[in-house]
Amino acid sequence: MITVSINGAARQLPDSTGVAALIEEMGLTGKRIALERNGEIVPRSLFAAQQLADGDKLEVVVAVGGG
Amino acid sequence: MNDKLIIAGKSYSSRLLVGTGKYKDFTETKAAVEASGAEIITIAIRRSNIGQNPNEPSLLEILPPSKYTLLPNTAGCYSAEDAVRTLRLARELLDGHSLVKLEVLGDPQSLYPNVIETIAAAKTLVADGFQVMVYTSDDPIIAKQLEDIGCVAIMPLASLIGSGMGILNPWNLQLIMERVQVPVIVDAGVGTASDAAIAMELGCDGVLMNTAIAGAQQPVLMASAMKQAVEAGRSAFLAGRMPKKLYSASPSSPTAGIISSTRS
Repeated sequence: MITVSINGAARQLPDSTGVAALIEEMGLTGKRIALERNGEIVPRSLFAAQQLADGDKLEVVVAVGGG
Repeated sequence: MNDKLIIAGKSYSSRLLVGTGKYKDFTETKAAVEASGAEIITIAIRRSNIGQNPNEPSLLEILPPSKYTLLPNTAGCYSAEDAVRTLRLARELLDGHSLVKLEVLGDPQSLYPNVIETIAAAKTLVADGFQVMVYTSDDPIIAKQLEDIGCVAIMPLASLIGSGMGILNPWNLQLIMERVQVPVIVDAGVGTASDAAIAMELGCDGVLMNTAIAGAQQPVLMASAMKQAVEAGRSAFLAGRMPKKLYSASPSSPTAGIISSTRS
């Protein structure tokens, strides 16, 4: 298992979980989101290719109402 | 009348820009935005809620980028670094969209802009290809510096964010407009329609508001009032008001041909 931080909360995930699989599990596939991994933006086109590593810090954001 | 607001080379018919926060639901958000006639609408970028119902519509389904110019903001950011990170995420989320609203706040009580961090963030963002509309204080020197950095619109506060206190310092707004070539858009502080009209009568290029509409008893009706106020204020500015004549009345009716008094 690996431990990653998703939006500030620790999560245990199986080894070699991919970014795309995580997004799928979060119910966000096809949604307008943006993802930052350890401070670097991961383009949506690269979700399928990237695998998560132990200690990764992820931010997954959406658009909400604001002024 | 061909009187367009031009920001970063793109022209807009509406000079009212609105936020999308604080509404009771998306139905009200949509109705208010439509009633306002706004073409540019601000949005915020926030962490996705794990466990959120994935079948709920998202804001961008209600207010699609195909119909509106979305202006992602950096509300809640207190450092240049956080603001830049937020807008890079926004650009990714909106498929490379580069027009953004930068705001870097100083403290959570006043929400007053931290202009030092704002200037630092503006430099980074402009160098990174963003078109930056920048929320700032009503300091004319800072406003000019932000223009010199390359910001595409200067957006001074009229009073504190969400306060509804109105246009507290029209003199500073005029000092900014004298110095700055890019559009000057009053952002924050408008409370009711007359505030928006005053900003436009001063010669501001536009007004951005959220709470004044969302916080009204009837937000959709207030959105319509704001649309009319911005249009009326703009027309009054273009028409050129009469000079004020202090302590000197001037009758509107002819002074000749008045019937004579029977009492003398």
